[in-house]
Amino acid sequence: MKNYLNCETTIWSWLSTKDHKRIGVMFLVSVTLFLLVGGVFALILRLEHLTPGPTLVSPNMYNQLFTLHGVVMVWLFLIPAIPAGFGNFFLPIMLGAKDVAFPRLNLASLYIFWIGAILTIYGVLDRAADTGWTFYPPYSSQTYTKATPVLLGVFVLGWSTIITGVNFITTIHTLRAKGMRFMDMPLFAWALYGVSIIQILGTPVLGIILLMVVMDHSFDWGLFDPARGGDPLIYQHLFWFYSHPAVYIMILPPMGVVSEIVTSMAHKNPLSYKAIAYSTFGIAFVGFLTWGHHMFTSGMSELNAGIFGILSMGVAVFSAIKVFTWTGTLYRGSVWIRTPLVYIFAFLFLFIFGGMTGVAVAATSLDVHWHDTYFVVAHFHFIMVGASLTAFLAALHYWWPKITGKMYFEGWGVAGAILVFLGFVGTFFPQFLLGNAGMPRRYYHYSEQFQALNVLSTAGSWVLALGLLLVLVTLIWSLVAGEKAPANPWNSRSYEWMTPSPPPKENFPETPRFVRGPYDYHLPLEPP
Amino acid sequence: MNDFLRRLLFLPEQASSVAREIDTLHYFVIGITMVGATGVFIAALWWSIRYRARSFEASSTTPQVQAGLAVEGGLLAFLVVLFIVFWVVGFSQYLRMRIPPRDAMVVYVTGKQWMWKFAYPEGKQTINTLVVPANRNVQLVMTSRDVIHSFYVPAFRVKQDVLPGRYYTTWFRATRPGTYRIYCAEYCGLSHSAMWGDVVALEADDYERWLEGEPLENFVQLPPGPPMARVATGLGPDLPAYPRGIAEASQPRSMADWGREVAALKGCLACHTLDGQPHIGPTWRNLWYRETPLADGRVIIADEAYLTRSMMDPMLELVQGYAPVMPTYQGLLEPAEVGAILELIRSISEPLPTPARAPEPLVRPPLPPGSLDRVDPARALEFIRETSERVTP
Ligand code: HEC
Ligand SMILES: [Cu+2]
Ligand SMILES: [Cu+2]
Repeated sequence: MKNYLNCETTIWSWLSTKDHKRIGVMFLVSVTLFLLVGGVFALILRLEHLTPGPTLVSPNMYNQLFTLHGVVMVWLFLIPAIPAGFGNFFLPIMLGAKDVAFPRLNLASLYIFWIGAILTIYGVLDRAADTGWTFYPPYSSQTYTKATPVLLGVFVLGWSTIITGVNFITTIHTLRAKGMRFMDMPLFAWALYGVSIIQILGTPVLGIILLMVVMDHSFDWGLFDPARGGDPLIYQHLFWFYSHPAVYIMILPPMGVVSEIVTSMAHKNPLSYKAIAYSTFGIAFVGFLTWGHHMFTSGMSELNAGIFGILSMGVAVFSAIKVFTWTGTLYRGSVWIRTPLVYIFAFLFLFIFGGMTGVAVAATSLDVHWHDTYFVVAHFHFIMVGASLTAFLAALHYWWPKITGKMYFEGWGVAGAILVFLGFVGTFFPQFLLGNAGMPRRYYHYSEQFQALNVLSTAGSWVLALGLLLVLVTLIWSLVAGEKAPANPWNSRSYEWMTPSPPPKENFPETPRFVRGPYDYHLPLEPP
Repeated sequence: MNDFLRRLLFLPEQASSVAREIDTLHYFVIGITMVGATGVFIAALWWSIRYRARSFEASSTTPQVQAGLAVEGGLLAFLVVLFIVFWVVGFSQYLRMRIPPRDAMVVYVTGKQWMWKFAYPEGKQTINTLVVPANRNVQLVMTSRDVIHSFYVPAFRVKQDVLPGRYYTTWFRATRPGTYRIYCAEYCGLSHSAMWGDVVALEADDYERWLEGEPLENFVQLPPGPPMARVATGLGPDLPAYPRGIAEASQPRSMADWGREVAALKGCLACHTLDGQPHIGPTWRNLWYRETPLADGRVIIADEAYLTRSMMDPMLELVQGYAPVMPTYQGLLEPAEVGAILELIRSISEPLPTPARAPEPLVRPPLPPGSLDRVDPARALEFIRETSERVTP
């Protein structure tokens, strides 16, 4: 049967496609590539920390590596991974549409992504920036490394993000299937809606300040140079005005994934659909008012610190609502424990731990000790790797049959999930303790007393790498040797499972009739 | 209990007046985090197993379960109250940590790439060693000379960023005599991780005696300084450690040795090598009085004048094949330091075929500014006046 994969097979048919599914797949391949690149950087960084002094690379190279690791992981993997990859693929299907609202713009967003990526990679190859992914001036305006290509690369990537956001919002508003009200939408669509709002409102601010740093660095404008009346603190405010919400760009889509997988695997309605949908907007909105928690020791006023502290805890309340709802959804369900759900277990533990340590740092006094130490590094890796990456892998396994038409290998899938989880905990748990002990981050050289924990963390990173490698290899192998996937391998009621795997080019063989909601597990499948 | 938890969590000793209470909040919050994460994890696992699908058909329809408002509301109310407790306790601690007591003595702190300088109202200055009396409130008035740094003493649970062009204050009270590590916690470039020093807390009498000029070694054994040079250059441990600013007579030594130290200190060796390998910048080996091809096609003899110009205005005469990346050192190198670097370059170049120069001069290099036996009272006073003017609101 003809599907979106084999209807046309030339390379040009891929490069010029306006099919959201193909664009989604190309995004998935791209971000996976960059996950590998960023991962290799991370492994080198961990290797360097095997000994307190120089181990493998020079200090300069170390500084470049942690910068690039951050830049690649944040902007080339985490931010586009789920929205541009899975979001592109599934949003129209879930809404019963044939494509997104602006298919051509959608293709453009892929090309813009690659232009940004190439600029960034060019920056990597040619005397890469050593500023840290935060690009704080005045250091970033003075560094003798080449910060400009990387800064411009990120600037360009921002456009790709914005376009995706505009596209999703328009699609949700205009292309829902006949009769589908907002409150009938799958929860993944809500998550994408929330994330699109943040992308559209936050990204321009990042773009502007990155350009300002470029002006400072390349043309010596001195916009952030205190000697000429500039203020480096303003940069921090504006940077985090984007980059804190960016955390929600990285975590809201995973939350949408979790909502889908939990309901599908438990074959049950979400404990509260409204709680999940509304809390998305709670996070998106309050998330814009918490950036100051990155600056408790930067010299903000005490009053500011207090306000930002309590607002940051507010976001945690909304996240907690989601966590309770997911967990409660399993109650009295009919649960299939399969690889995606195993990842979700890992997600729950890591996300709560990561989130609660976030609440801990928001209790201002504790942050004074923890700020800019490995504690914070561990905290945000729990959220970004622990939660986002785990959800990405969960989504990859969950939707693999639909995207590729092949089943992955269940046994290997579970093994991969467990390895990833153990490797992750092994890598990052010791880093909490390192932070407690007082090891600052971005340290090429550290005191001997920190060595044992560093070695542990490095060993953990190998297990994590092994786990990811296993996932990659077995998934690719399943393309060759996997069983053919049925239309609905999970016995799920979500709409994307109502069409063949892989879906035809127009998403559904005929115009779909959604007679049941995506979570109506209490009703018989066909109305009498 | 406190000690057990502290060790369990790898926290450093509690050497300041606030450390203990902060750690108590820490135990509480982390304990709840651990319990919460594990609890939800187990609940999810348990329900998944308890309600696992018995058959394919069984999973086709399931009962509808909706969260009662009471359950969700109750959980939320609990969380909100819990978070507010965290916040109230945390924020009140934060306020106490941030607002210095009125009776505190003052020390002025300047961060610069990559060292900490301290100046005392009494006129003393030190580098990388902050000497304070134990059991006395000490307020730090801080700024940075170049990029952002962060003054961090884990044992005190104290941290404060310093930004150029702004002044900040923080304070602490060391509760017992001892030596406590200072780190720079904000990334500031090449030798960020070597930008460390120590707080030395002395008994009150010892502190008075130190102020009056008794050497610090009489009271404490200081750990060796940061391996600055090694970190910056990867050249090995032969380079001298960062100055500690401890009172010691300046030893006569060769100017080239001193130049090596200056070159490491000022970051030249991040781009230049001494062993003949071109790096970001040209090597300094065999540079002395050699013909150097310039980017604009000229060839110039690398004499003292040219070399000095290269440091002060690097863009003026670019060396062929190198990018224009060298920062200017105008105002950042003392004249004597420029001389020392020149001597260094000469010492690692093959002797010239031309008439031999005089043997390497033995000099008595001035200790870096801030060393104790070379305090310039006028400069210290000026610094203090300047800083205090900007600080008082
Ligand atoms: C950011 C890297 C960098 C740093 C730091 C740096 N330089 Fe350079 N330097 C260069 C480069 C690149 C060149 C060649 C281009 C030029 O002439 O400006 C150069 C050229 C020179 C030259 C001329 C060399 C020749 O072959 O003619 C001298 C002398 C020199 N630097 C001295 C210093 C001194 C002294 C310091 C420290 C106080 C220093 N440099 C710090 C990058 C650097
Ligand atoms: Cu944040
Ligand atoms: Cu630093």
